[in-house]
Amino acid sequence: MKLTLRVWRQRNADADGAMSTYEVDGISSDMSFLEMLDTLNEELILRGEDPVAFDHDCREGICGACSLVINGDAHGPERTTTCQLHMRSFRDGDTIDIEPWRAAAFPVVKDLVVDRSAFDRIIQAGGYVSAPTGSAPEAHATPVPKPDADYAFEHAECIGCGACVAACPNGSAMLFTSAKVNHLNVLPQGAPERETRVLDMVGQMDAEGFGGCTLTGECATACPKGIPLPSIAAMNKEWLRANRKVSRG
Amino acid sequence: MDRRPSKTPGFWESTVGKKTVMAVSGLVMLLYLVVHMLGNLKIFFGTDEFNGYAHWLRTVGEPFMHYEWTLWLVRIVLVLAVVAHAVSAYQLSRRDINARPTKYVHKRKRASYATRTMRWGGIILGLFIVWHLLDLTTLTVNEHAVHGEAYQNVVATFSTWYGNVIYIVAMVALGFHVRHGFWSAAQTLGVGSAARDRALKTAANGLALLLTVGFVSVPVAVMTGVVS
Repeated sequence: MKLTLRVWRQRNADADGAMSTYEVDGISSDMSFLEMLDTLNEELILRGEDPVAFDHDCREGICGACSLVINGDAHGPERTTTCQLHMRSFRDGDTIDIEPWRAAAFPVVKDLVVDRSAFDRIIQAGGYVSAPTGSAPEAHATPVPKPDADYAFEHAECIGCGACVAACPNGSAMLFTSAKVNHLNVLPQGAPERETRVLDMVGQMDAEGFGGCTLTGECATACPKGIPLPSIAAMNKEWLRANRKVSRG
Repeated sequence: MDRRPSKTPGFWESTVGKKTVMAVSGLVMLLYLVVHMLGNLKIFFGTDEFNGYAHWLRTVGEPFMHYEWTLWLVRIVLVLAVVAHAVSAYQLSRRDINARPTKYVHKRKRASYATRTMRWGGIILGLFIVWHLLDLTTLTVNEHAVHGEAYQNVVATFSTWYGNVIYIVAMVALGFHVRHGFWSAAQTLGVGSAARDRALKTAANGLALLLTVGFVSVPVAVMTGVVS
């Protein structure tokens, strides 16, 4: 396959960026999207040019490191992560636009790499359970109903890649935050911090400069892990409940 | 009760809190609109019934309430709802726009028409409310403009081309606004779930269609001579 790539190039966080056009040839339809970019970078290095910076780690679709908005879609045309997207989703002669996640809360570090520490700070605000350290507790000491376990697992699938923010016209992090809140709030292990978790995580989410939710549903469509849109309604319910329960001293 | 020294922002400072204010004020206005639309249909029963109904609206609640007290109570609640709705919408929209300072180069159409037009639709409806009050409440811009003759005032409005155009455009905008707004309000208030999604979407579409068709039937009736 021969492709024309239009890639966002930006030297550093403070520099102005622009789309640069590259031609790549000899792309196999079995290559992953990242392998295609590796091919481009090898050529750029041979030519003595600066390779395109992009995030990647496991390349197995489970770490959440890879990003890229491909032809306007977060993670490209298939419902998966960019590393699991294959070049058979494109045709010979295609022009492909590659851009970084765009959000005020995700500043560009270089080229296609953005700083997603805002998500880490949302997790630090409440995305944990207080557990006593020491030996592991007896597994059956805390029974969890099967539907609750399934619900928690569905939300635990979130890998924190940020595609929801990238796809949302408001740059909102509601789907990410709701996945993390619902995952822990439904479980008995998460019960002691049930109210403070949702209040603090939503508070941190707002403090990071993410937009609000207008329920366009773009986030759930882009999510490679299929976190469903009703998760947001479930978090809103938790947030309203917590507001009734917690008195602000 | 969990009590703590919290750095968590208050209800109104939170985006979810503002959305809740928007949802509740929207539902208040929606409830009013359903009643308003049903009342409008009385125009099909003739001048006396419609003008009698218009007069009755001023005497609701008597003798406990004084003349027009109930009407003014409703007006105050509505003004509060409009202001709360508009202020939260303005503040959230500004925040949303600032959250995406750099736009994508590769554009594509996102979300449904109703969803994309919420902000402009809301502005159109806000302007329409001003026009509508000047036209049929204060009668400032009405061609007939006689207090107590609601029927004749309505006929006068819908006998002008601009009266029809403004009204019908606004009612179509209302339909789209309610279509996304009602379903969204349910999500914001935590009522939405995967199991209820179809029912909520059907209710939203049904309400939107009911309101638009109900309201638009009056100018259409005047234009076709059914009401004159």
